[in-house]
Amino acid sequence: MDIVVCVKHVPETAEAELKIDSSGKTIDKAGLVFDINEWDDYALEEAVRIKEKLGGTVTAITIGPQDSESTLRKCLARGADKAIRLTDQKFEGSDAYATAKILHSVIKTLHYDLILLGAQAGDTGNAATGPILAELLGIPHATMVKKIELAQNVAKINRELEGGLEEQLEIRLPALFAVSTGINEPRYVSIMGIRKAMQKEIKVMTLADTGLTENDVGIAGSWLNIEKLYVPPVEKQAEFLKGTPDEIAAKILEIIKSKGLI
Amino acid sequence: MAKIFVLAEHRHGQLRDITFEMLTKARELAEKTNAELCAVILGKGIAEHAKALAEYAKIVMIVEDPKLENFNSEAYKKILTKLIAEHKPSLVMLGHTSYGVELAPRLATALNTPLTTDCIDIAFEGDTLAVTRQMYGGKVNVKATLRKAETYMVTVRQATFTPQKPEPPANGQIITVPSPLTEEITEKRFLQYVLPPPGGVDITAAEKLVGIGRGIKDQANMPLMEDLAKTLGAVLACSRPIVDKGWLPNDRQVGSSGKTVKPKLYLALGISGAFQHVLGMKSSDLIIAVNKDPKAPIFSFADYGVVEDLSKIVPSLKNKINEVKAQKT
Repeated sequence: MDIVVCVKHVPETAEAELKIDSSGKTIDKAGLVFDINEWDDYALEEAVRIKEKLGGTVTAITIGPQDSESTLRKCLARGADKAIRLTDQKFEGSDAYATAKILHSVIKTLHYDLILLGAQAGDTGNAATGPILAELLGIPHATMVKKIELAQNVAKINRELEGGLEEQLEIRLPALFAVSTGINEPRYVSIMGIRKAMQKEIKVMTLADTGLTENDVGIAGSWLNIEKLYVPPVEKQAEFLKGTPDEIAAKILEIIKSKGLI
Repeated sequence: MAKIFVLAEHRHGQLRDITFEMLTKARELAEKTNAELCAVILGKGIAEHAKALAEYAKIVMIVEDPKLENFNSEAYKKILTKLIAEHKPSLVMLGHTSYGVELAPRLATALNTPLTTDCIDIAFEGDTLAVTRQMYGGKVNVKATLRKAETYMVTVRQATFTPQKPEPPANGQIITVPSPLTEEITEKRFLQYVLPPPGGVDITAAEKLVGIGRGIKDQANMPLMEDLAKTLGAVLACSRPIVDKGWLPNDRQVGSSGKTVKPKLYLALGISGAFQHVLGMKSSDLIIAVNKDPKAPIFSFADYGVVEDLSKIVPSLKNKINEVKAQKT
């Protein structure tokens, strides 16, 4: 089973306070910690587990500048065999469509039985790159995948619907699956694993290597053009309780008591 | 006259809320751009649904086929590609739901129609489509435009627009379109629905909930959270990351992929307030949120907010509740 995993190097923003930069079109990334996109982390783990069970190879691909290599190193340390980094100034501003075209240009030259990636990225939240890539490759796909069982030339998968309901589908291979968080438990990587991964080669490719033109990628090749970012207007704001932790706890208690909830 | 297409979403014999939310927004856009609102429904045994849609839309296109008994994105893609190419609507709206995200990006690619997803607002500016969507888990809003085209496509976030039935009803014309599907889709087949395993705890029945999120940081903090919930006489619930980590079973999950709750008290600890979670708890009577980030979206939904490390608040709160209980007895 040859598996391609598409990963994205993104800033961790769940607990960070974000600022919009002076261009107004992106956030100020200074001080933010970057790591593999959370959803892709589960896709990577799933790929490595399948390889461990059935044999084959795992190839990790990302699009991004030099510093995104740390995400590819993580993939190699976790068990990926090969890593490819696509990079070009012309790629900047690519939306889900342009991103899928860039990935497609390389993946179509590889042998694969399965393509795995996260159901969405934590930064843009498009949830679109996977299905677009599948359409470009002309292979079946499923998104929000919570379980994968592989058999000869076919996969049985569960995908999430709403409210805890799932549907089970049978999908012919080769196929693309965009996985949900929680599909597995990503493993920790040992120091040894990271050291070994440092010696592995990362193949770097630019626009010229993809067969695409300037007009296919970046803003020119995108459907979506970002005009501006802004902090969401506050329609309603909580009344903030202030003081020492003890004073705050006392205030919370008073509120709960006043509603007759204790 | 240009048309605006809304793809009706239904499952288990019921039209889903997102359908009416989209139809309401689409009606506003249709009026502003002098377009005709057209609901499109695909399925088997859906005549009643078509009637319900006709109260909202000028035209209802219905495609019935036994092969459409269950949702299949490939079957939908084949039919909608044909309908969209034929009618060239100015806009196609789908829900940003499990079905919508499975279908829309592929459909847009097949048609080479500019698409953007998870929109919270949509407007035509001349012949350009402008949208508002979010990034970074709802911490940033984005105003964006789509590349100029004859037809645009969007997926719409759930519970963003409030459904309103037109008065008088649209009394739309129902048009039956013969199914163009000639054979079964073999590369992607529906097998069955899988129901969540029945859990031991029903969080929807609880009067008080302590909701925990990513901000509790470490599994070692779980006993403290359980203690607080127990002391308060509340049930422990959570946002998705806690279930993903396996710290609580999935019957404790609040949000779009979990349960919708409406307790008298929702104490949100370390929950940032991504819309998927908020969707499941925003109707709670009293919401008190503790989070380190003063700009966390949860504070737009909470009645009271605390910007503080929850490990400092929780032990003190637990002790104070115990003191009150001791006085009472």
